[in-house]
Amino acid sequence: MFSRITSSLALAAKKSPKLKISSIQQTLYFSSESPAIVSRAQQEWVYRMDVNGQESTTPIPAYRVMDEQGCVIDPSQEPKIEVEKLLKMYKSMVLLNTMDKILYESQRQGRISFYMTSFGEEATHLGSAAALNNDDLVYAQYRECGVLVWRGFGLDNLMNQCYGNKLDLGKGKQMPCHFGSKDINFVTISSPLTTQLPQAVGSAYAYKRAKSNKCVICYFGDGAASEGDAHAAFNFSATLECPIIFFCRNNGYAISTPTKEQYRGDGIAGRGAAYGIKAVRVDGNDILAVYNATAAAREYCLGQNKPVIIEAMTYRAGHHSTSDDSTAYRNIEEVKLWQQEDNPITRTFKYLANKKIWDESAQVDFEKEVKSQVLESFARAEKVKKPVWSEMFTEVYHDMPKHLRNQMKSLRGHLDRNPQQYPLENFT
Amino acid sequence: MLCTRSVPRFLGQLRYLLKNSARAEVRYASHYKYYEDKSKPSNGETARINMYNAITEAMDYTLQKDPSAILFGEDVAFGGVFRCSVGLQKKYGPDRVFNTPLCEQGIAGFAIGAAVAGATAIAEIQFADYIFPAFDQIVNEAAKYRYRSGGQFDCGKLTIRTPCSAVGHGALYHSQSPEAYFAHTPGLKVVIPRGALKAKGLLLSCINDKDPCIFLEPKILYRGAVEEVPIEPYEIPLGQAEVVIPGNQVTLIGWGTQVHVLCEVAEMAQEKHNISCEVIDLCTILPWDEDTVYKSASKTGRVIVAHEAPLTGGFGAEIAASIQENCFLSLEAPVRRVTGFDTPFPHIFEPFYIPDKWRCLDAVVDIVRY
Repeated sequence: MFSRITSSLALAAKKSPKLKISSIQQTLYFSSESPAIVSRAQQEWVYRMDVNGQESTTPIPAYRVMDEQGCVIDPSQEPKIEVEKLLKMYKSMVLLNTMDKILYESQRQGRISFYMTSFGEEATHLGSAAALNNDDLVYAQYRECGVLVWRGFGLDNLMNQCYGNKLDLGKGKQMPCHFGSKDINFVTISSPLTTQLPQAVGSAYAYKRAKSNKCVICYFGDGAASEGDAHAAFNFSATLECPIIFFCRNNGYAISTPTKEQYRGDGIAGRGAAYGIKAVRVDGNDILAVYNATAAAREYCLGQNKPVIIEAMTYRAGHHSTSDDSTAYRNIEEVKLWQQEDNPITRTFKYLANKKIWDESAQVDFEKEVKSQVLESFARAEKVKKPVWSEMFTEVYHDMPKHLRNQMKSLRGHLDRNPQQYPLENFT
Repeated sequence: MLCTRSVPRFLGQLRYLLKNSARAEVRYASHYKYYEDKSKPSNGETARINMYNAITEAMDYTLQKDPSAILFGEDVAFGGVFRCSVGLQKKYGPDRVFNTPLCEQGIAGFAIGAAVAGATAIAEIQFADYIFPAFDQIVNEAAKYRYRSGGQFDCGKLTIRTPCSAVGHGALYHSQSPEAYFAHTPGLKVVIPRGALKAKGLLLSCINDKDPCIFLEPKILYRGAVEEVPIEPYEIPLGQAEVVIPGNQVTLIGWGTQVHVLCEVAEMAQEKHNISCEVIDLCTILPWDEDTVYKSASKTGRVIVAHEAPLTGGFGAEIAASIQENCFLSLEAPVRRVTGFDTPFPHIFEPFYIPDKWRCLDAVVDIVRY
């Protein structure tokens, strides 16, 4: 029965040609959304029971522009990105990578409390961020630091947040890596997974109504996609017709849980059709493929006021966080393979080198420069005092209610009587 | 012991029921008698309307004056299962008043996002009993949005409306009063009106407030609460309780439907026992009006808090503990709580479950004799 439905869907898909995005010349197609079966009247019937239909579907292929050697496979697919922008994308990846190494080490030395690296996923950040307008709203999970780098958040802001010093825009209230900035349209990160997905849909709906010509991009991991909020968001975005890009970083693991324990369908892109959402799967270590897919998705979602799912296939080359030792659940050889054979930064380097706009000596100079920038910024942030303790009571509400004022007052009295018991000297 | 003690009380109640047979009938239809709100929040013209009409008027006004305002939830497009949004989709269009898929966590998350992007978002959860799937979005997200971003982002333009409390036959999942769960969450405002006049003014305040608000609407009052309500829009300040009936021997604190129960208790206490009760409608659960409560408690020295929600961890506990801390020297008796029992809200046993006027009156008599 199901196989007949599948084939009738395939037939219907053939009748309505797949969506083609004008900015990309040929092969990048979004999967066809299923023709909606909204009532019994539109239902076709079959007369043989068959439960195998689901398994016969072919997995959605991953879109790729260049190979591991940085060679473009189909020249028509090479995006026309000006050299300056290309170099900025690459340099941002290197900067992110350098910062990750230094902050990871600083956590190991106990200088910051927590950190999460982006090793192996740099291309998903920079490829997508570069394809958006800077006033498109970003909702992120926590491993999308490259988007901040791209938008000019600046090393100091990143360091200040990790230190929770008084220059931190978040005033030291959240754990490290929970970045946010109104100025660059990057909604403050929170720890509960996937909560940002339905929120991003709501923001996209508001943008649509305001005729802002802005879209929303919402990043999340393959593990987060199992939360109920992901289901809610996909379904709301489709029925309420919202200009949103759901960007899934499928890096193979949610902490220790491999994807085969996370889902049994065709990844995250495979869910698109069930919600009536167009989806595309890309090679997440290919910055050009990610760029093309995001640019096409942006054009589509703003043009049609409809959602898109991008599933970027990548690999989490670092530990989940500084609180995790990933050798406890995966093979070091596997990690090395990805770090060395299919590394997004190396691949982009080769592409740029092939084009003769970057080389080894430029690389060495840049790495040196970036390393000293990171270290300087790090040292600056470390010296800045924490915010005044009373900041703890602010911004719970727009105006501080009386009961909170009283609680603040009582703490003040306590601190006056017991100053030696608290780290007041570190705070302003 | 229990039997011999309760016999005279039972006979007393039976005599009262027989003497007041008209009220006894009311007792079986619903557990309260409606006390009209005589306050005058504005000097303008008034019209006699019920609570769902008052809520519709508040939303109608918001949609009319604020082009960013949207109203959504399950089944709100055709007017809502309690008729609160009747006519609004026709008047303002399907992009402003619309149905969502059936998913509470989605409704709350979507509402937060719309508010973050600058829209005034009025979300409806069909019954307060079904707000729990949205608990994570409300508690971890909405309530903490401003704080965690250092004030860079907020969802202050969000209001979640939801019908709550007993309705006579709602059983476990159409009767709950979940205010205490939310009262434990810094960053939220939690508001409950006791009738049409309060509903309109408090809802407009919630919508215009700069913090996310949960507006709990006692569903039994939708049609039952009929009174003179100003035609023009008006706001009633949040965080402010109202002394509904002044008195000087016992302070009775409640909110929502329970305020009407307490008004009747105050009348009965005066008539039958010559006890003067002061009735306070808390109106806002979080942040609650400590000043009005402490002032009354200090004057009477005796306080009873009554709510439909279960006793343990109910908001009555917060009020009782705070009164004891702040009015200790004025108290003549321990603060009493008359509440629902620590059971799920039952179907056929509802008359025995709710903190009705008889249980409250018992407590009044007890606390005066203490």
